[in-house]
Amino acid sequence: MDNKTAAVTMRNITKTFGPVVANDKVWLDIYRGEILALLGENGSGKTTLMNMLSGIYFPDEGEITVDGKKVVIRSPKDAFDLGIGMIHQHFKLVDVLTAAENIVLGLKEPGRLDLKAAAKRIREICDAYGFEVDPNQKIYDMSVSQKQTVEIVKVLYRGADILILDEPTAVLTPQETDKLFAVLRNMRNDGKAIVIITHKMNEVEELSDRVAILRHGQFIGDMPTKKTNAQEMTNMMVGHAVTLNINRPEPKDPKPRIEVKNLTVRSIDGILKLEDVSFTACSGEILGVAGISGCGQKELLEAIAGLQPVESGSIEYIEDDGSREPLLGKDPLSIAQMGVSLSFVPEDRLGMGLVANMDLADNMMLRSYRRGRSLFTDRKSPKALAEDVVQRLEVNTPGISTPVRRLSGGNVQKVLVGREISSAPTVLLTAYAVRGLDINSSYTIYDLINKQKEAGVAVIFVGEDLDVLLELSDRILVLCGGRVSGIVPGRGAKKREVGMMMTRLGGGKEDE
Amino acid sequence: MNKQRDPLFHIVKRAALPWYKAWGIRAAAIVLALILCALITTLITGEDPIQVYVTIFEGGFGTARRAWILFHNLAMLLIVALAVTPAFRMRFWNIGGEGQVLIGCLASAACMITLGDKLPNGVLLAVMALASILAGAVWAGIPAIFKARWNTNETLFTLMMNYVATQLAAFFIIIWEVPKGSGTIGIINQSTMAGWLPQVGPSKYFLNILIVAVLTVLMYLYLNYTKHGYEIAVVGESERTARYVGIKVGRVIIRTLLLSGAICGLAGFLLVSGSDHTLTTSLAGGRGFTAVMVSWLAKFNPLFMIFTSFLLVFLARGAAEISTSFGLNQSFSDILTGVILFFIIGCEFFINYKLSFRSAKKEG
Repeated sequence: MDNKTAAVTMRNITKTFGPVVANDKVWLDIYRGEILALLGENGSGKTTLMNMLSGIYFPDEGEITVDGKKVVIRSPKDAFDLGIGMIHQHFKLVDVLTAAENIVLGLKEPGRLDLKAAAKRIREICDAYGFEVDPNQKIYDMSVSQKQTVEIVKVLYRGADILILDEPTAVLTPQETDKLFAVLRNMRNDGKAIVIITHKMNEVEELSDRVAILRHGQFIGDMPTKKTNAQEMTNMMVGHAVTLNINRPEPKDPKPRIEVKNLTVRSIDGILKLEDVSFTACSGEILGVAGISGCGQKELLEAIAGLQPVESGSIEYIEDDGSREPLLGKDPLSIAQMGVSLSFVPEDRLGMGLVANMDLADNMMLRSYRRGRSLFTDRKSPKALAEDVVQRLEVNTPGISTPVRRLSGGNVQKVLVGREISSAPTVLLTAYAVRGLDINSSYTIYDLINKQKEAGVAVIFVGEDLDVLLELSDRILVLCGGRVSGIVPGRGAKKREVGMMMTRLGGGKEDE
Repeated sequence: MNKQRDPLFHIVKRAALPWYKAWGIRAAAIVLALILCALITTLITGEDPIQVYVTIFEGGFGTARRAWILFHNLAMLLIVALAVTPAFRMRFWNIGGEGQVLIGCLASAACMITLGDKLPNGVLLAVMALASILAGAVWAGIPAIFKARWNTNETLFTLMMNYVATQLAAFFIIIWEVPKGSGTIGIINQSTMAGWLPQVGPSKYFLNILIVAVLTVLMYLYLNYTKHGYEIAVVGESERTARYVGIKVGRVIIRTLLLSGAICGLAGFLLVSGSDHTLTTSLAGGRGFTAVMVSWLAKFNPLFMIFTSFLLVFLARGAAEISTSFGLNQSFSDILTGVILFFIIGCEFFINYKLSFRSAKKEG
């Protein structure tokens, strides 16, 4: 490390948001020809730190140098001028424009806009590193991984040689991840400095040369990846020893609980989202649902929860005594009135599961406020429930009157899951329950889900991390382009096989 | 290029301020605004600024009659603000308050003119109130149904409904004009006083003010403590969340707008029956729009709206007074009102953010 000069040094960087100290005197060095993995739990300040490097935030204190010179980065433009480019977790692309148009968007080049020349340069960049981008393809026609590629090319096009990627693999299939990693290695060998923010330990070990760890906004340490291991890194992130195993108790007395038959769903635009999907979810069992993003998982869960109009097929709820009740054509309210206790942890926590601007107690009321005949809402029991959830799930919050938008991702999810399981459900639907959550929070959620399973709840768990799905699920339903690619037992399933099943049926349909 | 230097200042988001600090900032803003207004006044007109402020105060509270008019104007502005607030809490931008009030006025006036000599006064008043409330509710309900069914833009729709209401009123004014050819209705039922709200208490305005005061408390309770109020808040924050928990969003939108329009209609009734006893196309007096500001400044809290509507009405009354007693024209009072509002609205920025200056960076 000594023989290289740092491309970027950050010294004593401090950033506060009101009373929250996001970064506290952080030191970080970034070198060329090296992939640095930036690790830390949610809310440990990784993204904030990188946002200061890319000009989105301005540090309260501290000093940044690029190539040995002290710099002041006031805006993303300053960052680009210094060759720093960031690929955000949420893509910032204009859907109706082509790849090339998005890439040149906002660039102030003299003379007329020459898209052909731009397309040529884009192709050169792609050839150099092994990207596959069609400059003339519209963004809305692209898969998630293609969109990400456009984001990366956009940054390279602007001449960036210090790249920051914020959780780039969160939305990719294993195959797409491999492709991305190959490209990143090419760029590293080309002498670029690369920083990748991630939660996934196996990716850190596979890809990075060096890891730097943040905890609660403080810099804990950095070391070459080869000299450490997942356990040690996790312990450093969390601050104490953690076990990295997910329990999978044997299902007890599983009985069919939800039966889905020949379900076909179209979106409002008439696009086929689910086609002829049939399966049974049993009590006391976790049914994992695997698939690349956008291949019908969302529609499937929302159809069961009564939120998604269905074209054909049937969904039936089976009581313990074997009697059946159709769920189709009912909205969430009438399902609840039937006496079916169905809990749903949706993907979009703050946009659907919770009300971001309301406090914890008011969010607890969402499901229960109708109770009683009074004109007025009952404020006492939601408060008690909120206190209870905060205590039991160890939610880190200043109090139950804090708006949930102020909480970090993991705590938001705890609040949501806490509310959903508080009604003693018989069916629990979860979509990407641990997306964006750090290790500690993730394991808390897995534990909660396992407890529900042991209590005899039929759990349908839509996940994106195949490793987790394989460890947690009793059975795995693999979706591909809206169709059932297969149902495999979770014990003994192979990651590669499931990965292949996720893409095999696809062919011409997988653009969705 | 001073690349090596930090920017002069950067903007930092504040933690939630304690209420007294927030109100301190607001008070400071008003003081600063008054100082600036004084400077402008002296520089442009040469008048003594203190004298100008005294005159403003006298415009509001100079005599008992002025004070009653001030409080009546306050009440009428407040009731329209109360009406639009449930819709605003739902993020339904109802800027059709003007039309909803006017259509309520029209309904009341129609009853007074056509039924004035046919019904006993008590019954007539009830019919008028009911007709006004219904008319206002219909006027707000139409855009609500379109919004709920086809997701039309409520801002444009309610705005356009204002013009329809104005034209309808203009049409009926010509039909009922007294005397013929004057183009105005004049005072309705001046001799019989049929359909006039009786005077209760010390002033003819007292009943109107009382009704609005009661309504303010009711609205506060409705919005903050009832199931309906909670549903409104959830729909406003996120329609997807509302659907997710089984709230019927369309139904909530229509129900809330019916309420919103009904209160506007009631305001129309109070204007015609309680105070003005006539119908003109400008009877709503721009309150439908000013109410938007009242509601926003008070952050949709009915109790704060008492203060914000007081502020606006007081400024308007005071400004009108200086233009008459100093011989300055109306535009000058508009300038002063504008300056004060600019400061009041602008200070919200300093409540939410602070500027962190380069030299002050060490304090952390």
